[in-house]
Amino acid sequence: MKIVALCGLLGYGYSEESLQAAFAEKVDFLGVDAGSTDPGPYYLGSGKSFTDRSAVKRDVALALPLALAQKTPFIIGTAGGAGSRAHVAWLKEIICEVSRELGLHFKLGTIYSDVTKEYVLEKLESGKIKNMSRHFPLTKTAIEKSERIVSQVGIAPFIKLLSEGMDVIVSGRACDTAIYAAPCVMKGYDAGLAFHMAKIMECGAMCAEPVAAADVMQGYMYDDHFELCPANPARKCTVERVAAHTLYEQSNPYLIFEPDGVCDLTNSKFTQKDARTVSVTGSVFKEAETKTLKLEGVRCSGYRTISPATIYDPLTIEKFPEIVETVNAFVKENTKKTLPANSYTVNYKTSGGAESSLGVIIDVVGKTQEIADTVCALVRSRMLHCDYTGRKSTAGNLAFPFSPSDIHVGAVYEFSVFHLAEVDSLLETSEFTVEEV
Amino acid sequence: MKKLVDHTKILRSKNAGPLFITFDLIFAEKSAMEYVQSKLTKAQVAKAYGIDEGKIDIISYEVVNSIKITFPRQNISGCLHDGDIYGCQMHMPLANIEI
Repeated sequence: MKIVALCGLLGYGYSEESLQAAFAEKVDFLGVDAGSTDPGPYYLGSGKSFTDRSAVKRDVALALPLALAQKTPFIIGTAGGAGSRAHVAWLKEIICEVSRELGLHFKLGTIYSDVTKEYVLEKLESGKIKNMSRHFPLTKTAIEKSERIVSQVGIAPFIKLLSEGMDVIVSGRACDTAIYAAPCVMKGYDAGLAFHMAKIMECGAMCAEPVAAADVMQGYMYDDHFELCPANPARKCTVERVAAHTLYEQSNPYLIFEPDGVCDLTNSKFTQKDARTVSVTGSVFKEAETKTLKLEGVRCSGYRTISPATIYDPLTIEKFPEIVETVNAFVKENTKKTLPANSYTVNYKTSGGAESSLGVIIDVVGKTQEIADTVCALVRSRMLHCDYTGRKSTAGNLAFPFSPSDIHVGAVYEFSVFHLAEVDSLLETSEFTVEEV
Repeated sequence: MKKLVDHTKILRSKNAGPLFITFDLIFAEKSAMEYVQSKLTKAQVAKAYGIDEGKIDIISYEVVNSIKITFPRQNISGCLHDGDIYGCQMHMPLANIEI
């Protein structure tokens, strides 16, 4: 069975020739991951994608007609970057636009995996929440203040929709591996091999040489092994690259944790089959007694205004701590009758030092955008003109690269939930729709 | 005295989810990996990052002559004090450890 990964992330691009090459033979399933928590909590909170609409549309528009022509189911995981209902709607709208423009018709299945605060509260109260890190426990307040919470679903909802004959599946937040493992497990292939292959190919040609998340990867699943070979003839898979990719972004190189259980790679063997193909055996899946789904939630922590600047004068750089002290005291005094002290925080994010130059980003987060704007303007103007011991450059302390100097960033989010929930069914957070496009 | 980075072919950091940071040290030769394995201590890593030794995991992955180091991020990804959302530029304190 042949599975193709379009690229590491929908919207990051891939070579059209690579895709054509992959589809020169029968492709049983086509997949692509469309999201990640790597870009941070903002995107789940705001409902926006970290990928660009035009770039996503390009990636969909080249692949969708090929997949439909070959009757290859096309599976997209973690739509819109963060996979909430808003993100799924964003991607579906792009897919429908492409379909209208190209005159395509197909059966579209959607998986929504958002969860309500009540669902998470109930899990917490019934002791069914497990911490990912003991330094990040879950609290009732964190749940109640969350803007959005999603569950990261595994293969179960994909298998359900694939077995109902969907041409295209768009999923909310899902495990990257589920996209590629679901078809293999559904067809009866070994789950250990399926999850291991999925883990490697979900990043596209990241496991190839030269490395590229932005290119097509081909996976071939057999009864007792799987093979990986990049579609682009200019790239190759090597044992070293493929095995090294097993380490990537994983806290443990031997274990891949999944909602259904754990994939154990202790006895995995990697062999160079030919110049561009690596063959893998020995990966074993152990089903968990208690199934879990990871929950991801964010809450709004305020509104941000920043001002980036550079200091070149070594004397000013040396006295930077003194300047910060003066500025902070000034802002506190200036706003004591107008702003509560806990209504803003000021951070100075610096890089470099006296040997070159000091880059500084004045980073203000306030309870409202207006507060952040006010405090940032005060910090910026005071820091520009502030005196310090032994000062010679009395015209100004900061080189601003931009006018306007202050940038209104908008809402700031932070992770509030990043925990495992024990579930009775791996489908319990999934909601489905099926439609004819 | 050589720096840790001088013993490696690849030395990288990356989030393992927003709560953890993970480092991959990949060596050209098995002997280089074994040398670093025998010298590098959790105490050195703890000192380089100003964290508790007990929070650090060091696991060898000999299939590709590599060592993985994982510990909880002091600032979780995207919090107000975080300066590296993806965690892919957090490797320098480790790279500079003298071995």
